[in-house]
Amino acid sequence: MPRATCVTTFGEVDAPVATPPRAEQTAPDLRDLYERMLRIRQFEAKVDVLYRQGRVRGPAHLGLGQEAIAVGVAAALRSGDFSLGTYRGHAHALARGASEEAVLRELLGRVGGICGGKGGSMHITSVEHGYYGSYAIVGGHIPTAVGMAWASRIRRDGGVTACFFGDGTTNIGAFHEAVNLAAVWSLPVVFVCENNLYMEYTPIGDVIPVERPAADRASAYGLAPLVVDGNDVAAVREMALAAVDRARRGDGPSLVEAVTYRLGGHSVADGGAYRHPDEVAAARTRDPLVRLATEMAQSGEMGVDESDALVTRVKGEMDALAARVLEEPTPDAAGAWTGMWSDGSAAWRN
Amino acid sequence: MAQLTFREAVAAALDQEMARDETVVLLGEDVGSGGVFKTTAGLKERFGPDRVWDTPISEQAIAGAAMGAATAGLRPVAEIMFSDFYATCWDQVANEIAKACYMTGGQLRMPLVIRGTNGGGLGFGAQHSQSVENWAMCVPGIKIVSPSTPDDMWGLLAAAIRDPEPVLVFEHKALFGTKAERPAGDHHLVPLGEAALRRRGDDVTLIGLARTVGMCEQAATALAEDGIAADVIDLRCLVPLDAATVLASARRTGRVVIVEENPGQLGWGAAVAAILAEEAFHDLRAPVVRVSGGNVPLPVATAMEAAVMPSAEKVAAAARGLTEGRIPAATPA
Repeated sequence: MPRATCVTTFGEVDAPVATPPRAEQTAPDLRDLYERMLRIRQFEAKVDVLYRQGRVRGPAHLGLGQEAIAVGVAAALRSGDFSLGTYRGHAHALARGASEEAVLRELLGRVGGICGGKGGSMHITSVEHGYYGSYAIVGGHIPTAVGMAWASRIRRDGGVTACFFGDGTTNIGAFHEAVNLAAVWSLPVVFVCENNLYMEYTPIGDVIPVERPAADRASAYGLAPLVVDGNDVAAVREMALAAVDRARRGDGPSLVEAVTYRLGGHSVADGGAYRHPDEVAAARTRDPLVRLATEMAQSGEMGVDESDALVTRVKGEMDALAARVLEEPTPDAAGAWTGMWSDGSAAWRN
Repeated sequence: MAQLTFREAVAAALDQEMARDETVVLLGEDVGSGGVFKTTAGLKERFGPDRVWDTPISEQAIAGAAMGAATAGLRPVAEIMFSDFYATCWDQVANEIAKACYMTGGQLRMPLVIRGTNGGGLGFGAQHSQSVENWAMCVPGIKIVSPSTPDDMWGLLAAAIRDPEPVLVFEHKALFGTKAERPAGDHHLVPLGEAALRRRGDDVTLIGLARTVGMCEQAATALAEDGIAADVIDLRCLVPLDAATVLASARRTGRVVIVEENPGQLGWGAAVAAILAEEAFHDLRAPVVRVSGGNVPLPVATAMEAAVMPSAEKVAAAARGLTEGRIPAATPA
């Protein structure tokens, strides 16, 4: 496998590169990718405000600053492919096309929530868009993703599964069992480690004996140590296209480490005071949205005035959405006693 | 008549369902070579490597892969070699599989089966002998099956595979060698959630599951010699629980002995006893008694293991005590 210097937001990394993209790969529509990231950013920024107002049921774990990974990977998937994410999963669902309105209803405990009021922020799911769930046990969903890819392999239907998880997940057993099985069975799955440098409140470097949490473990499973700048949406898309293409060809899984930075705390309840303000300030200069807007302004693809107007418009849409959903009714208690079984019932005895 | 062992009944059910439905796939450690207990013998040869998958020793990956495959529309049957090993993949079972349908508002479906060998009596020690069906019973969202006869092993496993929900099937390893008449016909199915009345008598109700059903039947034979007639109920499933059959019998006999192999300190018998206390109190003529597994890890030496397991003698003694108006000493804690 050829090697290349991959420039990440956090320095240069010498790493093997994935199979080059195929000729039919089209150039990214940067404006479209930007707007997708922006909608997620503004959605989550609104959720942050709503949480502080006491409107959100339970916790919420925001992916502010990590949008390029969800959007870049989603852009490499096609309809019918599967993806799964984590409790920091709003972006993963929205990037596949989940309804902002239905997700917000779920977060605010309104009728019509995307999980019927039974999931909340940490379990957002939109099967109709190929997003098979957000899971709140760290690493618990990685074997599930492998099982979905196994089904595609058995059916030989060309389907690919993308599975997102954080850097901290690389220390849990399910990760290793699942990646091993996927490699042994050569399954069509793309593992995407969102390395935001923090395992909850602890720097990931404090809890791994290697430099990179995913890439440096890849060789144990016969996989290439792929690293990509997770704040560069076009680079993420390109890496994902290569990995998805490899999976679809039947050449097995890939383990991609996308390096990024979590601009907020672990959850909305965490101010992130354990991080030096200079570190956060520096990370803000590498914000994937700022970077792409700057690039497009320099290339003339989207002027500053236009991107500013877009931000204003999308922010206004999110404000209006929240105002509308907050006026909607809350579900009846009776719903709690339904839906444990697939026929809608919940009885365990006669 | 042709005979069928409990062990062969497992393969018969799998064979039947794999032939009927090509989405039924097997995975587990050594399943391709028939497995430690030879319950999957011959299936890889018949159905090929796309239907029978040998896994690494990775219970989380096994249970999780079953969940993913079910999510994607297959009907996987996973094997956990010894049910003690559920402890290594309990996240997948209790947090993921059991909750996925509910917490996604019905978007995810889990038509999967996980089989595991369960129970003691063979001197396998503390980590390969437990009866852990009570672990599963603490978690809403999974069905629990544990057959007592070859006939039921076949029919209930087949029904579990066809069921749209996640089902854990506990196969008592001390039953694998037991034989019975082979069910007639090529297809066999026993519905989930229906207890079987194995024996009819009006003086006392004996309730068992898996291996303890045989103990109840032996006890009933001994009791009959004393003129005590016993109902023997084989629950067959803990979820769905056929409480109606239990309650009907208890209301008729007024006396109930529950016989469970899992530890009594929080066994399934406690749930059944609570239902009887709440819903049949005025029909009971004596306290509900439980003969349970001991509240210690399983020892190996023959006499010690036997001491902490239920037995026909313990069941008969408990039932005699009830009919004589005594409350017998239950399993020593």
